Amino acid sequence: MKISRDILLAIALLLLIGLVAMRFPGFATPQSLASVFNDSAILIILALGQMAVILTRCIDLSMASNLALVGMITAMTNAAYPMVPVVVLVMMAIVLGAALGGINGLLVWKAGIPPIVVTLGTLTIFRGIIFLLTDGQWVNAHEMSASYKAFPRAELLTLPALSWLAIAIIVGMAIFLSRSPAGRAMYAAGGNPDAAVYAGIDTGRTRARAFVVAGALAGLCGYLWVSRYAVAYVDVAGGFELDVIAACVIGGVSIAGGVGTVLGCVLGALFLGVIKNALPVVDISPFWQLAISGAAIIIAVVLNARAERRPGRLILEQSSDSSLPVSHS
Amino acid sequence: MNTQARVIPHRANGRLRRIFGSWEALLVVIAIAIFFINTQASPYFLDPWNLSDATFNFTEKAMIAFAMALLIVSGEIDLSVASIIALASTAMGFALQLGAGTPVLVLVGLGTGLLCGAFNGLLVARLGLPSIVVTIGTLSLFRGIAYIVLGDQAYSGYPTSFAYFGQGYVWWVITFEMVLFVATAVVFYVLLHRTGFGRAVYGIGNNPTAALFSGIRVPRVKFLLFLMTGVMSGVAAICLTSRLGSTRPSIGFGWELEIVTMVVLGGINILGGSGTIPGVVLAAIIMGLVTFGFGLLNVPGIVMSIFIGLLLISVIALPRVFGSFAGLHRKR
Repeated sequence: MKISRDILLAIALLLLIGLVAMRFPGFATPQSLASVFNDSAILIILALGQMAVILTRCIDLSMASNLALVGMITAMTNAAYPMVPVVVLVMMAIVLGAALGGINGLLVWKAGIPPIVVTLGTLTIFRGIIFLLTDGQWVNAHEMSASYKAFPRAELLTLPALSWLAIAIIVGMAIFLSRSPAGRAMYAAGGNPDAAVYAGIDTGRTRARAFVVAGALAGLCGYLWVSRYAVAYVDVAGGFELDVIAACVIGGVSIAGGVGTVLGCVLGALFLGVIKNALPVVDISPFWQLAISGAAIIIAVVLNARAERRPGRLILEQSSDSSLPVSHS
Repeated sequence: MNTQARVIPHRANGRLRRIFGSWEALLVVIAIAIFFINTQASPYFLDPWNLSDATFNFTEKAMIAFAMALLIVSGEIDLSVASIIALASTAMGFALQLGAGTPVLVLVGLGTGLLCGAFNGLLVARLGLPSIVVTIGTLSLFRGIAYIVLGDQAYSGYPTSFAYFGQGYVWWVITFEMVLFVATAVVFYVLLHRTGFGRAVYGIGNNPTAALFSGIRVPRVKFLLFLMTGVMSGVAAICLTSRLGSTRPSIGFGWELEIVTMVVLGGINILGGSGTIPGVVLAAIIMGLVTFGFGLLNVPGIVMSIFIGLLLISVIALPRVFGSFAGLHRKR
C-alpha cells in the first residue's frame, strides 16, 4: 500500500509535467527539469526535516523562522568577517540550527508543552530575534563575499552544488530513517507511543532528536537560501513553514504520526516545485499558485485518508503497512 | 493528534495553583501588572481616547478567538480563519463593484464566512480528516481565491454607512467593535458554560468515543463549531474591511497564528477538553495592552511579538515546571 501510494504520486507528477509539456515542450527537457529540481531543493530538504518531526507525532512551525535567523547570522558573520571560509559558515549554520531545534525539542520533552504551542512561540521569537540583531537592516549582495554566494551555484557534473546537497540529504535521510535504530524509533514513537515505550524507546528523547534534525536542516537551508537569493532580511521565507508542511502532506506523511516515506516526501515537495515553475510557463498568473497548492493539499489529504482507512476494528491489530515499530524486535 | 487515553492536566498545579487559585486569576495578575507598567512607562497611556484606539488591535481577533476557543476545546483547530477574512473581504469588494449597498455587503461577508466554515466542517466532521491539515489546505485555498480575483489590485470606495462597523462610536469612547466584542464574549460564554451544547463540546474534547457513546452527535457538533468559526471570521472581515476602507488579498495575513496564541494564552488546552471563555477575554486584553503599551514606547511590532511568544511559552511551561517541583505526579 505504501509503495503504490508513492507510485501514484509519481504518476500524478509525471502527468502534471506532461500536461505542461503539451503547452510548452521545452519544460520537459532534462535541463529544465534539473532547474526545477534545483529550485525545489531547499523545500525538499526542509520537508525531510519536517517529516522526521511529524513522524514522531509532533509538528514544527518554527522551521522558516529558524532558517531566517540562521541565514541572517551567517550573512552578518560573512559581512563582518569575509575571511571566514564558507565551510565554517555552513558548519556554523548546521550547529546553530540544531541548537534552535534543540530548544523546541527540550521544551516538548522536558516541559511537556504541546509541540504546536512551543513552535508557535519560537516561530515569533526566532524571527523577532532577527529584528533585534539587525534593527530591520538588510544584508545585501554587495556586502557578501563572492565565495559565500558562489557555493550553492558551483557546478559539479552539470548539476549545481545545491542540487547535489539535496540529493545527499535525501539519501542520508532515507538510510537514517529506514536503517538506523534512531530513525526507526521515530516511526515507533509516532506510530504507537505506548508500544514504543514498552519496546524500550524513550519517546521524549526521540521527539527531541527529531526537532534537532529538523533544526539542523533548517539551519543549513538558512545559509543556502540567503546565499542563493543573495539577500538577508527579517522576512526571509515568511510563511514558508506552511509550504513545508504542505509538501509533507501531499507526500503522504500522516499528521497523526508514524506514517511517511522519504520518497513520498520528496515527490510532495517536487509537486509543489513543478506547479510553481510551470505556472509562468503555461501563462497562468502566478496569483493562481496559492489556490492550486491549497487544492492539492486538500485532494492529497482526502486520498491519504482513504488509503489509511482500516477495514474494521480488530482486537489484535496487524500492521497495515511497514510503519509500525520493527526496531529491536 | 493524541489518540490514546490521557489525563487532562489541571493547568496551575501545586504551589502556583494555591497562590493564584486559577489560570484566570493568574491572567488577571499579569494584565494588571502590564497595565501598571504601561501607566508608569508612558504618560499618554491613561488617555481614554488612546485606550479606546488600543482596543482595535484585539477586538477583531478576539471575536474569532471565542469561536476558535470552542473549536479547540472540542479537540479541533481552524488555521484558515485569516484566509476566510481575506476571501469574505474580497467577496464584499466584488459585491461592491456590482453596486451592492451596506446591508448586502454585510450579508455577503457573513455568507462567505458561513460557506467557508461549512466547507471546513464538511471535510473534518463528515469525512473525518485531521483538521490541522485540512485547514492548512483551505488556508492556501481561500486566500488563493482572493489572490486570483484581486491579483495586485485592491477594492476600495466602500459606502460611508459601511464605515460604521469598524470606525463608528456607540457612545463617547465606546466603539461599535467594543460593543460587538463584549456581546460575542457573552454569547460564547453562555454557549460554552451554560448550555448542553457547551457540555457536549467539553465532552468531545475529553473523550470523543465516550461522548459518542453517551449520545452526543459528535460530527454534528463539530460541523456547527466550524460553521460558527467561519461566521465569526466573516464578522471580523466586515469590521476589518470597514475599518481599513479597502480590500487587498493580503488582508489579515498571519492572523491565524495570533488568534491561536490568544486562545492558548487564555488557558484553553491545545489538546482539547479544558479552558474557559473569560480566560480568552483576559488573554485578548493582555495582548492588546502589550501591543499598545509597546507602541506608545515606539517599540516595533516585531519586538512585541517576541514578548507574546515568550509569554505564551512561559505561562504554559512555568506551572508545569513548578508542578513537577512540588512533587506532584505528572502526565506521562
